[in-house]
Amino acid sequence: MASEIELELTVNGVPRSLEVDVRTTLLDLLREHLDLIGAKKGCDHGQCGACTVLVNGHRANACLLLAVSLGGADVTTIEGLASDGELHQLQRAFIEHDAFQCGYCTPGQICSAAGMLSEASEEGVALDAAEIRERMSGNLCRCGAYVNIVAAIAEVAER
Amino acid sequence: MRSFDYARAASVDEAIRAGADGAVYLGGGTNLVDLMKLGVVEPGALVDVSRLPLDMIEELPTGGLRIGATVRNSDLALNGLVRERYPVLSQALLAGASGQIRNVATVAGNLLQRTRCPYFQDVSKPCNKRRPGSGCPAIKGAHQGLAIFGHSDACVATHPSDMAVALAALDARVETASRTVALNDFYVLPEERPELETVLEPGELVVAVSLEAPLEGARSAYRKVRERASFSFALVSVAVVATVVDGTVRSARIAFGGVAPRPWRALKAEEALSGREASAESFEAAAAAELEQARPLRDNGFKVELVRRLLVWTLTEVCK
Repeated sequence: MASEIELELTVNGVPRSLEVDVRTTLLDLLREHLDLIGAKKGCDHGQCGACTVLVNGHRANACLLLAVSLGGADVTTIEGLASDGELHQLQRAFIEHDAFQCGYCTPGQICSAAGMLSEASEEGVALDAAEIRERMSGNLCRCGAYVNIVAAIAEVAER
Repeated sequence: MRSFDYARAASVDEAIRAGADGAVYLGGGTNLVDLMKLGVVEPGALVDVSRLPLDMIEELPTGGLRIGATVRNSDLALNGLVRERYPVLSQALLAGASGQIRNVATVAGNLLQRTRCPYFQDVSKPCNKRRPGSGCPAIKGAHQGLAIFGHSDACVATHPSDMAVALAALDARVETASRTVALNDFYVLPEERPELETVLEPGELVVAVSLEAPLEGARSAYRKVRERASFSFALVSVAVVATVVDGTVRSARIAFGGVAPRPWRALKAEEALSGREASAESFEAAAAAELEQARPLRDNGFKVELVRRLLVWTLTEVCK
């Protein structure tokens, strides 16, 4: 049984060539092999969204993707959203709006929001609070910081 | 997770050859990978079909639509033709899962996803679907979310899909590499063999789902009731595709989700409604005709009332 497979993909703009056990999820690849520990392991079953990253520009749960299925993919994690030392506008808005308490869900919330804003923009949909809540329902916050999370995303959506 | 062989199929033929040798098809993996983590399924080999050229949505010469098996749920939900001609399908897709999951999950994977019955997902418990003959703890256990139609003494699980409920009301057809099956004949009821869920033969590959042209003047809608506002499986859902002319229901196609081992086509309700005045009284009568056959379990009788109210509400919206 071929348990190790060679894999090439790009993570936060850096091409990577790895050999991984076929069972490795994208989340474990990021955290255990590439030391990118921003994406969090919450439920590990696609129910909480803490592991959300962007795969080829689309938000996805890294815990449900087998790394071996992602050959050639372009992955962006929370570590890759900031550029040239400047925080991403969603990161700034989360700080300004105090949109977290413990912070565990925050990387997933922000990556999900980044993907969600692109989706809404492609669809030409205006985002009011109710629409943001519906579209962000794949990201749970056990501290219950939703009010400020929605406010932070709404501010960026209006720009 | 048990280890496995992994291969990416370069063509449909190659996938089918691997499938014939016992490999399990991997689409988006949003359900399969989860079940592998839980130990519910332990394939010896996966053949990745997610990059096969089955990701097109094509308009058919008949005015219908052919949807490739690997089209992502989010792409299907937002397709212009789907939104315009089959709003029930778009609404059902957007009512399901989360944005992250819809971006990855495929059409065929959605059809073939497994039940979320808590006993099926817990390998420490018996389950006739997972381990034939081991028993069904749900019958006397936590079955609030489970079936009121079509279940058996061996299994009371429900099919979790929203999309498939809309497809049932649309009389969709499922194409495999070798044949076409009506969606309403695609799923089998559990009876004695709950491990069998569809008519697919081992290794048979779903390649597309097709829809006929929308009925002239038809309107449609999908309505879903769940335990929280979003990102939750249906307690009960209703898909309606109906044509009303001069206040009379010409045709109505109705399917329920969250209440049966498959999308439940409500033929008795359709029959009761056809040719009747589009009125609250007719809608109530249609609901009663279907619900007469309901066989709620000890703790899910609330679903009967929920279906009644949701159906009447949805019909009122669609038939106005």
